[in-house]
Amino acid sequence: MREFKYVITDVEGIHARPAGELIKLVKDFQSTITIAKDGKSADAKRIFGVMGLAAKQGQEITMTAEGPDEDAAISAIETFLKANL
Amino acid sequence: MQTFQGKSVGNGVAIGKIFVYKKGELQVKRYRVEDVAAEVARFRKAQEVSIGQLQELYEKSVKSIGEASAAIFEIHQMMLQDNGFVEAIENIITTQSVNAEYAVAATADNFYKMFSDMEDDYMRERAADVKDISERLLAVLNGKNAGMDALQEPVIIAADDLAPSETVQLDKDKVLAFVTVHGSLNSHTAILARTMNIPALIGTPVALDEIDGKQAVIDGAKGILYVEPEETLLKTMEKRRKEEEETRALLLTLRGKDNVTLDGKKVQLYANIGNSKDLAMVMQNDAGGIGLFRSEFLYLEKDNYPTEEEQFAVYKTVAETMAGKKVIIRTLDIGADKQAEYFQLAHEENPAMGLRAIRICLTRPEVFKTQLRAIYRASAYGTIAIMYPMIISVEEVRKIKEIVSEVKSELDGQGIAYGEVEQGIMIETPAAVIMSDELAKEVDFFSIGTNDLTQYTLAIDRQNPELDDFYDSHHPAILRMIQTVVDNAHRAGIWAGICGELGADTSLTQIFLKMGVDELSVSPGRILPIRRIILETDVSKL
Repeated sequence: MREFKYVITDVEGIHARPAGELIKLVKDFQSTITIAKDGKSADAKRIFGVMGLAAKQGQEITMTAEGPDEDAAISAIETFLKANL
Repeated sequence: MQTFQGKSVGNGVAIGKIFVYKKGELQVKRYRVEDVAAEVARFRKAQEVSIGQLQELYEKSVKSIGEASAAIFEIHQMMLQDNGFVEAIENIITTQSVNAEYAVAATADNFYKMFSDMEDDYMRERAADVKDISERLLAVLNGKNAGMDALQEPVIIAADDLAPSETVQLDKDKVLAFVTVHGSLNSHTAILARTMNIPALIGTPVALDEIDGKQAVIDGAKGILYVEPEETLLKTMEKRRKEEEETRALLLTLRGKDNVTLDGKKVQLYANIGNSKDLAMVMQNDAGGIGLFRSEFLYLEKDNYPTEEEQFAVYKTVAETMAGKKVIIRTLDIGADKQAEYFQLAHEENPAMGLRAIRICLTRPEVFKTQLRAIYRASAYGTIAIMYPMIISVEEVRKIKEIVSEVKSELDGQGIAYGEVEQGIMIETPAAVIMSDELAKEVDFFSIGTNDLTQYTLAIDRQNPELDDFYDSHHPAILRMIQTVVDNAHRAGIWAGICGELGADTSLTQIFLKMGVDELSVSPGRILPIRRIILETDVSKL
């Protein structure tokens, strides 16, 4: 299992558009990918799951990936978060 | 061919298919199904069709409005594919042996609650997305059209009646004409039709279910709706429509000309708009400014109070688009026939005379201040003026000025820039007319709202179609009032305009010129016809 923690810097937090972008990014990985905040976690391939966490600026999220392509998944997620959120 | 007689707004001809507009909320019935596997399959088919519709919408919008704005349709597709959402629906169908519609509605309710309970404003708005996608699914399940969005070509909108909250959301490029079963000649549908310069029939006795999707012709001059018209009639009407287009093209040659009479009197011709989407029509018709920006749409389109930032963004866009031309924003005019639920206004026996417009603003200064702050902040980006609706006394104006100066000192304290903002009031109550000499000393301009002024002066409810025969918009009482207001304005050295429907009445344009009216604010489509009259008039010979 691979894990990556990230503090949101975008003023609007994970709003609809970046949530959509994140899902487009992770949905083709075979690994199970989750997003968690304050002990609540959700399937990162589900838009309602990601948006349901309502992650805002300054809050820390934890992304985990578990499966055959977990390394590639986590590094793609890391690049995406740093560039977009 | 069937013919129906209605009351006509405008003389134009419209030819196209009828689209019956149903009220937003679809009634969902719960019933038992025996074959749950078939029901799940029916749901999946509807899901697939809905996603296809959204994909089509997405591709179309990328071209027309750009990637960023089109993204919402992609997000809606993801929502329809969300495992949790889909599983919840299928689970309800299987475990309760119920129909797909019920399962969709129940699941949508739960997801709607999840978002609407969130603390974050932005996320709360996503509740509307949930409603949107579930309504689309329900429409597909019921084999009905999925709202205006799915339309490929412009249509004649037919409805029982249309509320302002519904008309503000219509995609104006897709409307050829309106037909309503109820409503009066002064209802909002009628006003909207005039704004858009398209024909409309009000009070037309049609059975909506029988005409949906059929080819039709509207003859605005006679007030007749022809459903499935005969070939010869269709040809005649096509010819008339073509002639109308030519006249419109001729009017466009008047663009760029000043509004000056033969004897050199200059008049301002401004546009009335109800939404920032109308800006294109303002530009096309060469308006000198915006004489009435109805800010209500910001409130009617939403489930909660619009924030200062949201309002600021809209006012700023309008100010910037008008590039220094005057934009007169009318503050919140909610109440009476324009209701937003979250205001939680009590039901009134007589809403036209109730808690509305400035009365709400003075009772709820926090709502008023949010709007004023947004307007003042936007004033740094163009020429903005404010006018206040439904004024009846000098005291009200003084109270408003106090609140305005509080807002200004707050902004000063925060170091936020704002421009010079002209202060005006609507003259739309008989009290304001009578007090106009006193009121003129308090403000920078008057704008006469003839719709309400006529209703209050003649004591005729403009929503009541039975009274259309008594409602004389040219009543001498109204014309005398306008003269009084203009004279009192000029005596105090301020200007006076007309922003009601009467201002657009070309049979009165010369009378208004003679009265000394300084400004006419009309639907964008009326600007050029009025300019033509002004250019041909010699006031000294009237």
